[in-house]
Amino acid sequence: MVQKKSKSSVAERQQEVVNSLKKLGTDIYDQLDQGVFPTINMPSRSTENINYDPVTRQYILGERVVSRSARNIRHVKPFTQLAWAAMFSNELTTKKKTSTLRDVYYSAQAYEMTFTDQQESNNIITDLETVTGFSREDFHIFPEERSAIFGDLTIGYTVPGYEGKQLNLTSHPDGVLIGPALTTSEFINTKANKVIAIEKGALFTRFIEENVHNKHNALLISCGGQAPRQTRSFIRRLQKELNLPVYIFTDGDPWGMHIAQVIISGSANAAHLRDLNTPDAVWSGVWASDIVEYKLPTDPLDEVDIKRLYELAKDPRYQNDPLWQREIKMFLKIKKKAEQEAFSRYGLTYIVDEYLPNKLEGKPKSS
Amino acid sequence: MAQTFEEISASDFFYRNRDIAGFTNPSRAIFVAIREIVENSLDAAESQKIPPEIFIRLSFESEATKDTQIYKLHVEDNGCGIPPRFIPSAFGQILYGSKYKLKQTRGTFGLGGKMSLLYGQVTTHQAATITSSTGDTNKIYQFKLMIDIQRNRPIIIDRKVLINKDGWRGTIVEFSLEGDYLRAMPKILEYFKQTAMVNPYANLTFVDPKGRLYKFTRVTTIMPEPPKETLPHPYGVDVELLQRLIAITECTNMTDFLRRHFHRVGEITAQKFLEFSGLTPSKNPKKLAHEEIVKLTQNLKKFKDFLPPDASCLSPLGEELLRAGITKELNPEYLVVHQRKPSTYGGHPFIVEMGIAYGGGVPKTGSFVIYRFANRIPLLYDEASDVSFRVIGSMNWRRYKVSPDMPIAIVVHLCSTKVPYKTVGKEFLADRAEIRREIANELREVARQLGHFLTRQEHVDREKKRISIFSKYLPRIAQFAAILAQRERIPDIEKLLKSVQKYGAEEE
Ligand SMILES: Nc1ncnc2c1ncn2[C@@H]1O[C@H](COP(=O)(O)OP(=O)(O)O)[C@@H](O)[C@H]1O
Ligand SMILES: [Mg+2]
Repeated sequence: MVQKKSKSSVAERQQEVVNSLKKLGTDIYDQLDQGVFPTINMPSRSTENINYDPVTRQYILGERVVSRSARNIRHVKPFTQLAWAAMFSNELTTKKKTSTLRDVYYSAQAYEMTFTDQQESNNIITDLETVTGFSREDFHIFPEERSAIFGDLTIGYTVPGYEGKQLNLTSHPDGVLIGPALTTSEFINTKANKVIAIEKGALFTRFIEENVHNKHNALLISCGGQAPRQTRSFIRRLQKELNLPVYIFTDGDPWGMHIAQVIISGSANAAHLRDLNTPDAVWSGVWASDIVEYKLPTDPLDEVDIKRLYELAKDPRYQNDPLWQREIKMFLKIKKKAEQEAFSRYGLTYIVDEYLPNKLEGKPKSS
Repeated sequence: MAQTFEEISASDFFYRNRDIAGFTNPSRAIFVAIREIVENSLDAAESQKIPPEIFIRLSFESEATKDTQIYKLHVEDNGCGIPPRFIPSAFGQILYGSKYKLKQTRGTFGLGGKMSLLYGQVTTHQAATITSSTGDTNKIYQFKLMIDIQRNRPIIIDRKVLINKDGWRGTIVEFSLEGDYLRAMPKILEYFKQTAMVNPYANLTFVDPKGRLYKFTRVTTIMPEPPKETLPHPYGVDVELLQRLIAITECTNMTDFLRRHFHRVGEITAQKFLEFSGLTPSKNPKKLAHEEIVKLTQNLKKFKDFLPPDASCLSPLGEELLRAGITKELNPEYLVVHQRKPSTYGGHPFIVEMGIAYGGGVPKTGSFVIYRFANRIPLLYDEASDVSFRVIGSMNWRRYKVSPDMPIAIVVHLCSTKVPYKTVGKEFLADRAEIRREIANELREVARQLGHFLTRQEHVDREKKRISIFSKYLPRIAQFAAILAQRERIPDIEKLLKSVQKYGAEEE
């Protein structure tokens, strides 16, 4: 049994978050106190300023900086909203309360800081992320959508009321939600030696039923389609703190492929944030070549699929590993796609007993 | 089959064609009747520069048909009064009047008042009562009259002389008529409101059949200069008029004739004109042959060197009174009034005055509210046919930052010795090029001033909005920052707020 206990990374990070908010407040305060209109600078998130960084293997923001000044009639409202959002986040973080984007939108009204719409309040939270460099989950603002994890990992809670309590993530056969309580917990120990992230909930359940976590010594994660940011950062933590390799299984189509890519390289939308991607994770399938090799039942690619493939072929994230271009070409060649469930044609356990072991070892189909 | 010819009198003609004078239906008729009598009263007071004091009562008498009733109309004024010998004809003979001279008046045809009486007579078969005193005798004369329609003659039913103890001066006209007051009511009330607008020196009191009292009180006793009588201008003369002048003249040569009977024709102009038209100056006008008269009329119009008519025969309201009247009835937030210089069409002098009112009591209707007046009479029907409506409609309003959904009222007043009505009922102005041009110029003038106001207004509003935005947000920034920075004291932002106000002007 491997005992891997990280130093209290969670608590440390929380402290940094609180410090960054306090610093933001102090900056504004001092400017006001000196009788000048306060200004906040942050990296520009306009498309021209989003670059792919081959070193961190993710999108990052370039040099361009935008300045928001309380002196400008068009800025003063968003400026105030940003200051409010910082104050609100500070309260959440220090009081260890959680919230959602929807919640933020409504909470603002209590301060007569009404946002015109959800989008406006979302944008302000993104501004706060950009200014501080922390993601909204660090401020305890979580998205609505949830994904789940199952496998032999014991965690120790840090949320109020649960401090010191531990949980083994095999405790519940449906898996455990990857929510604020889980993402803020410390890792105590694990016997697992790998992470398998699965696009769809149905296959995740099948894997649990088929005992994949034991057979392959794996932590299983259901992404629920495009993995939420907190799930992506959680996968990264599993990889970094526990040194576990990460394998991603998706549908065999451009959309599944890109779900894997976002876990690996991040999204352009989150270029202002770090530590959301897991550059060493690998996409294990379903590849276009798997469709051919395993003779999977298929559907034809439609127009949108093909258009998407051409887009992806040009995307900088698809340049670093020959795998991507090879599979894109193959998709375009066979003009077919297959879902993960397609393996059922070989019986319920085929995918677990045959396909999965091959793919994890990087071997072709055993005949 | 033999044809029968018969001559009909003027009263018979108008009786048969009462539509053209506006008596088209019971609702319209009651409106026109009130209006004609009230206008006579206004003219009677104004001619003496007396601030008009007019009391109008319409009272229910009996049911007539399903939709109509018989009403009694009573109009009392403090005007000049009518000498007793003229009363029967003034009220009982169509086309008889004191307003044929050339000067600006409301009445024009010697028709309006009598048409109302005539209409009352044919619908109720009752006599009218006219009571009047000129104030300079101690007598009041009262006539009961009917009109002999076929002969166009007054029939005096009764005549009384009363003692004028209190030195009363004025006229009371009282007669019954059939009408539909309920349907006419909105127009009648609108008529009084607009009359009050262009006669701000008049007191009008109206008691309607339900006993409701409407009072329009004067805001000034200043009255416009009354118009001076004037001679016809050569450009406005027709064969008929020329023949009449020849018939009455005592002049025995053309030069004198032209000088005596025409407006702005002096010795030299007369000589030049006679030379132009090939007439010997010594010719006796009474000796002119019919063809010569026709030729002369044509030449009077052709000759280029007549001086334009002067406007002393006109009595515009003037900017001050127009302002007072509009303010009194509309109470706008902003008002521009302007008067054009006199101009002429076809030998008739005219003046356009205009007001444009914005906001305040001016309603927002989605289009401009247009108030049209001619010789101080409100024109309430056929707005879309009126020349000013067209001019207003074809104006490029965006140039002046004006849009029809703003609360804007436009007041157009045309005064002339001959208002170019399209119909005998005074409804709307014909589209004469000269008048159209003057209205358009005047409209541009007031629109330009309104435009300046709106620009200024917009600036002030924007400035107010700016300041309100900063005063809303800056204190909050200070509050939130203090909480984040964990400071007790909230930074003072008064100085910043002040700087925003000064710095506002040059931004944007
Ligand atoms: N209230 C009045 N006071 C004095 N004179 C009046 C009054 N009403 C009518 N008159 C006289 O009667 C004449 C005829 O009136 P009316 O038939 O309305 O024709 P118009 O007003 O066109 O001359 C007027 O010209 C005027 O001299
Ligand atoms: Mg009249």
